[in-house]
Amino acid sequence: MEIVTGVTCPFCGCLCDDLEVVIEGGRITNVKNGCAYSLAKYLNYQRERLLKPMVREGEELVAVSLEEAVERAAQILVDSIYPVLYGWSSTSSEAQRLGIELAEEVRGAIDNTSSVCHGPTVEALQELGHPGCTLGQVRNRADLIIYWGSNPLQSHLRHMSRYTIGAVGRWRRGREDRTLIVVDVRKTYTARVADYFIQVEPNKDFELLTALRMALMYEEIEQERVAGVPVEAIEEVAEILRGCEFGALFYGLGLTMSSGKNRNIDAAISLVRDLNRWTKFVMIPMRGHFNVAGANIVFLWQTGYPFAVDFSHGYPRYNPGVTSVIDILSRRESDASLIVASDPVANFPRRAVESLLENPLIVIDPHRTATAERADVVIPSALVGIECKGTAYRMDGVPLKMKKVVDPPPGCLSDEEILHRILEEVRRLRGE
Amino acid sequence: MELLIRNAVVYDPINGIDGERMDILVRDGKIVDSINEVQAKVIDASGMIAMPGGVDIHSHIAGPKVNKGRELRPEDHLRYAERGGRVRRSGVGYSIPTTFMTGYWYARMGYTTVMEPATAPLETRHTHEELNDTPILDKACFPLVGSNWFIMEYLRRGDLEKCATYVAWLLRAVKGYAMKLVAPGSVETWGWGRGLMGIDEVIPHFEITPRDIIRGLCRANNLLNLPSPIHIHCNALGAPGNFRVTLETMRCVEDLSRGDRPSIHIVHIQFNAYAGSDWASLSSGATRLARYVNRHSHVTADLGQVIFTDTTTMTADGPWQYRLHNLSGNKWINHDVEAETGGGIVPYHYRRRNYVNAIQWTIGLEFALQVKDPWKICLTTDHPNGGPFIEYPRVMAWLLSRRARLASMRRLNKTARRRSILESLEREYSLYELAIVTRASPARILGLREKGHLGIGADADISLYRIDPSEVDPSRDFRAVRRSLRRAAYTIKDGEIVVKEGEVVGVTEGRTFWVEAEVPEGVSKEVLSDLKERFEDYYTIRLENYPIEEGYLRRPSVRRTRPEAWVV
Repeated sequence: MEIVTGVTCPFCGCLCDDLEVVIEGGRITNVKNGCAYSLAKYLNYQRERLLKPMVREGEELVAVSLEEAVERAAQILVDSIYPVLYGWSSTSSEAQRLGIELAEEVRGAIDNTSSVCHGPTVEALQELGHPGCTLGQVRNRADLIIYWGSNPLQSHLRHMSRYTIGAVGRWRRGREDRTLIVVDVRKTYTARVADYFIQVEPNKDFELLTALRMALMYEEIEQERVAGVPVEAIEEVAEILRGCEFGALFYGLGLTMSSGKNRNIDAAISLVRDLNRWTKFVMIPMRGHFNVAGANIVFLWQTGYPFAVDFSHGYPRYNPGVTSVIDILSRRESDASLIVASDPVANFPRRAVESLLENPLIVIDPHRTATAERADVVIPSALVGIECKGTAYRMDGVPLKMKKVVDPPPGCLSDEEILHRILEEVRRLRGE
Repeated sequence: MELLIRNAVVYDPINGIDGERMDILVRDGKIVDSINEVQAKVIDASGMIAMPGGVDIHSHIAGPKVNKGRELRPEDHLRYAERGGRVRRSGVGYSIPTTFMTGYWYARMGYTTVMEPATAPLETRHTHEELNDTPILDKACFPLVGSNWFIMEYLRRGDLEKCATYVAWLLRAVKGYAMKLVAPGSVETWGWGRGLMGIDEVIPHFEITPRDIIRGLCRANNLLNLPSPIHIHCNALGAPGNFRVTLETMRCVEDLSRGDRPSIHIVHIQFNAYAGSDWASLSSGATRLARYVNRHSHVTADLGQVIFTDTTTMTADGPWQYRLHNLSGNKWINHDVEAETGGGIVPYHYRRRNYVNAIQWTIGLEFALQVKDPWKICLTTDHPNGGPFIEYPRVMAWLLSRRARLASMRRLNKTARRRSILESLEREYSLYELAIVTRASPARILGLREKGHLGIGADADISLYRIDPSEVDPSRDFRAVRRSLRRAAYTIKDGEIVVKEGEVVGVTEGRTFWVEAEVPEGVSKEVLSDLKERFEDYYTIRLENYPIEEGYLRRPSVRRTRPEAWVV
């Protein structure tokens, strides 16, 4: 039996790095410190695996050698005029770097899953900025925590115990030293443990945020209720926000993906910014995939833009709604696609999926997915953080190394290595 | 590969060469005294000047805050975009260019070594990822230590030995090169939304003062015998009247000088050279700071010159960035880092007609022209805070030519112009002095012995500019000189031609320097046990996941130091 310590979990944006993985006979048999999701990932990662490279012959996917699959993938990319390259949030930064290089080489459009999760956060940030910090600041200092449109007890299971409400910090002993406010459309598990639960009417977050800002400024709110919340309650909460020593707002897709989208985040940023007149207040988005924050970060340093980057002119261009992958697909502009560590067939709107399936489709993924089933080329890969190493970024931007704890299935390479080979092959085919 | 550069007019201040026409011989990436002239590639450098490759001591080019700046400002990227090529990647950006563009643009200007001067240790893995993706340049990064909990706690207990040992551990852990202090102590208080102005205010919860931190880290630096002095962004940056704080900061380490080597480097001094008591009475404190620098040998400084343009300000000085956000009404990013530091980003447009901006512009130049010994200063704009690095040639022209200054002053805010002494300063830098402030002096302050000169054994980093000193007078023909400085005729990095006629023709991978400082084993063990005990109380990651392995750096180059004597 071997125990690997300090393992970083490749599940959610919390990126807990204190796992202890127990290995017996080359297999993972237990994970200490992990949450239920983490445990499920580590103990079941071998299920539903893709094991052989495959290419489509007529109706069937036929097993081929890796070289053949790589060559076919490269040929598809070389033959296409405007390929889309999508996914990237569940792989390493090293693979993301190569993905962007490949997109530039084949003059395609590259997008990551933040396009459909915290894209509005980025757009609001570009308008107003974003007062934030690392999670340790919250753990050590915060006496007030807000979760808005986010239910960490069911999505980010250790978030509250490691970083916020339950965590012991330098100046906070834990739960008794902190106030928890939850804003959501229903009484979630997280709401049940809150000191204050504010039930906002669906799609009325913007109104509630605006009312809070007005209450902070001592402006009179004429309605009796805003977004279903009595004005007295809003005014009470405003005083709590103003009176805290260090407040932190965590927000999820309930805010980014409900009506208003980036305008909701605009209002949230404005609120936090206002609060800094009276006290210290910060905000952190609850990022989902373990390295979706990294996808934004790598895209930014290589192209200047966080997602939805188009290389069709030979240099990076960015215009979400035009260069974002769902929009490209919906307009039927692309003529091939490469999907890495994502399953758009199961998640995208129907029109986008139809367009995706009309054209040659390459999938690189460790697992069998709906997208892989329909692909023309399938290349199985190793799981980052379990079978191969790499770098990932936590939701607050802290970079962590992902460890390799067991060997990948025979013949399975990392995304990084596969992309490297495709890139080489593309260059060879193009005679460079 | 061998290279012969013929007939260049050479400016190599470290070797005392002031505009001599001579050949430069290169073999295997080094300057040598003989080569096989038959096989060597020959560059005819008639009509050109040659200098060592440019060395930038202070430029924010990589890491979390730079990248947040990129995220904040898509409008900046629309100003300039460039397609990839046979050897080049594409890129965008003006004040916060993508990493590839950063490498290419520096090389185009003849620069080959650049220091990223502020990285939160916890996030330095990110900085190295970006430095790995910054082509051509040799580089290094400076971890932020001015509000570090371990350091403040060791200093409170007066345990200098452990403080120094911790610094050595930190530099090794994050692969850093020098210590950077940003508004020491003040950034910790920003964790509570506050800030400190002077260097004698007590830091709540830690019960020491910024002065204790500055002196303590200066002494730790001496003890470890690090190649470069502490780099300090002084307290009260940006505030009228702050030149007094800068003076106090320089004075407080007067007694810690180590021979002819400086003990403190003041970064972007322009931002800390303000007299007056509010924005209306703001005036220049440059003369008084220059007078101090002229009389003392323990201090060096870089300019932080302001350029009239739209740029992006970013520092670890969280409280200052918040003030600037409130002053300008511009968008604001804040990012505090647990147990270490903070940071903020605010876009800013420096305007000639704005009184404050105009005064800022005069201060940088007044300082540069009044410090007698150019070996004490380096040319910077604190990129991108005072302006983007690609505008350096404008600063060079202002230093080389009074006419260039007067031309820019014609459209300057009238009150600022009237109050400034800049018009009366007649000094003009020679090309030799320009080579000092852009090459020799930064290399010497950084302790990079193979950089900043063209002597035998130096790295073959060479820039050639199409300027013929026998025909061109930089004072009069400053526009032509500025054009030539913007696009080098040749840039040679490690003996390879990377730029020809202002175009990138070859891309090499630069080194990343870091320092391994030797410390006695006993104290090292004690510090490790302190870390084991307290690290995970302070941080949200495991101690074992904090250090960055050397293999993470694409081309690491370690500099080992050992204490001259371990005497506290």
